[in-house]
Amino acid sequence: MTEVENVTDLGSERARLLEVDSLVKEFGVRRSLAERLARRQIDPFRAVDDVSFTLDRGEILGIAGGSGSGKTTLARCLIRLIEPDGGEVRVDGVNIRDHKGPELRELRRRMQMVFQDPYASLNPRMTVGAALHEAGKVHERPGAEDEGAFVSRLLGLVQLTDRIASRKPRELSGGQRQRVSIARALAVDPELIIADEAVSALDVSVQAQLLNLFLDLREELGVAVLFISHQLAVIAEVADRIAVMRHGRIVETGPTQEVFARPKDEYTQALLRAHPHPDPRMRFAAS
Amino acid sequence: MSLLEIESLRIEFPGEDGQLVAVKGVDLAVEAGEVLGLVGESGSGKSLTCRAVMRMVPAPGAISAGSIRFDGADVLSLDTSKLRDFRAHSVGMIYQNPFGSLNPTMRVGAQIAETLKVNRGMKRDAAKAEALALLERVGIEDPEHRYRAYPHELSGGMCQRVMIAIATASSPRLMLADEPTTALDVTTQAQILKLLARMSAEEGMAMLLVSHDFGVIAQACDRVAVMYGGHIVESGPVETIYHEPEHPYTKALLNSVPELDSAGNVQRRAALAGHPPELSDVIPGCVFAPRCEYARPGCEAVSMKLEKVGPAHDSACPVRPFADANSKAKAEGVEA
Repeated sequence: MTEVENVTDLGSERARLLEVDSLVKEFGVRRSLAERLARRQIDPFRAVDDVSFTLDRGEILGIAGGSGSGKTTLARCLIRLIEPDGGEVRVDGVNIRDHKGPELRELRRRMQMVFQDPYASLNPRMTVGAALHEAGKVHERPGAEDEGAFVSRLLGLVQLTDRIASRKPRELSGGQRQRVSIARALAVDPELIIADEAVSALDVSVQAQLLNLFLDLREELGVAVLFISHQLAVIAEVADRIAVMRHGRIVETGPTQEVFARPKDEYTQALLRAHPHPDPRMRFAAS
Repeated sequence: MSLLEIESLRIEFPGEDGQLVAVKGVDLAVEAGEVLGLVGESGSGKSLTCRAVMRMVPAPGAISAGSIRFDGADVLSLDTSKLRDFRAHSVGMIYQNPFGSLNPTMRVGAQIAETLKVNRGMKRDAAKAEALALLERVGIEDPEHRYRAYPHELSGGMCQRVMIAIATASSPRLMLADEPTTALDVTTQAQILKLLARMSAEEGMAMLLVSHDFGVIAQACDRVAVMYGGHIVESGPVETIYHEPEHPYTKALLNSVPELDSAGNVQRRAALAGHPPELSDVIPGCVFAPRCEYARPGCEAVSMKLEKVGPAHDSACPVRPFADANSKAKAEGVEA
């Protein structure tokens, strides 16, 4: 328990929140009958291939890449929703792969995930208030004794009114639901939010509000964000740094501005070239 | 006369307490060979408007008023066999999810050939030869090989190319493309948009392109109509709409579009408050007024009829808060 207390001790805070070292995740490939009979081995598919990066407190790191590039698998490996096959994930210097039980739960509390589809991550039969309070209660967060105040503070953080507390998820708009899932993540005082395509399903006008919210939360709470998106322009709006993934590897990383202004990797260049610019004067070069 | 003329189109769905109106009097015209974009957020009625052209409004929804004319003929009064003929030869349609539109148990080549046999009365060998030619035309490499592939063996972009091959098999004069690239990766999206632009130019095929993404519209369209809450709020040449929008909603929508240029200069956008209206919301007058920062007394009595604000440029906003700035920008542009 002492170690857990150590890592939550705000006094010993290191600027570097997350260190990922040579992370690997492989998925077995099903062999056909002929291949099994011939006892042929097939190399497993590397969804995450030797990925290393770091994330500082209060930093927003964008992870970009096409579908199948390993963005989501990487995110899930970080909190061990999927068990990585190699490498290290250190939170404040503590390797998450070395722990289990209460310690792992405590480490997971500090890294919360927000998914693309808020419908799937909220219990449809629970009111918003009950769902938020339950998260705080389970993790014994300070202030959770007073349900009303606890819920009201969280709703305030995501800029929703207290009236939302008595609603069920289906009574909310898409944007409101996503705000509630962010509030649910914030209920356990995380230091890192992993936002996996969290704004991708929203209309652009609502998407812009949510992007602003992430910036507000970073400013108010100092929370770091790992912002996963297939849209480079969305990452440009919020991220300090970007890592571009392809085939499970990070092919390029750096400050967002620098990577976008002078992309070095071929794939990053292709992604930028394909961006549909809203100004019709900047159409794709005719091929 | 335009190739496609939609007038006062109204589409309703039965609701628990009375009819819900999803499309509220849309006027739209597509000229021959023109690429017209229809942009809007979810629930704006853009997809329904597009599907109405094919008379494919999903039940229990129905077209309750208005008219649709294609090449002068009234689409809404076509009988079953004429409607079948119209769908087969005059218009092609592609959707967001190409996997959903292809038969998973049939080889893609056979699906294209089937279309050719049924719609163009081709014999087996001729249909196969033509299907191979179509695959080649939509940029599928090694068509002989792909002809024998099942949809699940192809990528999303490849499936969409097959769909385009099927939709253009009988050289339609109008293509209806409903979010054709939304499910695709950005690099594939660019390829598909280029392909559609090329086919439209080569064949003189007009296109109605529906998208929620102004970027996609800007890349592909000549003209654009902006929809919100079941109405077209503004329409005009895509350059004009982007640089000199007249309707506050269009302006807000454009302000919300994320841009690559923001990189390294992270700041909050002047985001539009609230969310698009639900079907059950009944808003008198201008549907955008509750979210509009320029709303003023009288907006609740606005008719939502498009009024001319410039050459080929119409807006449904009588307030026109940006009219001065736009005309100034234009004057400066002339000097420069």
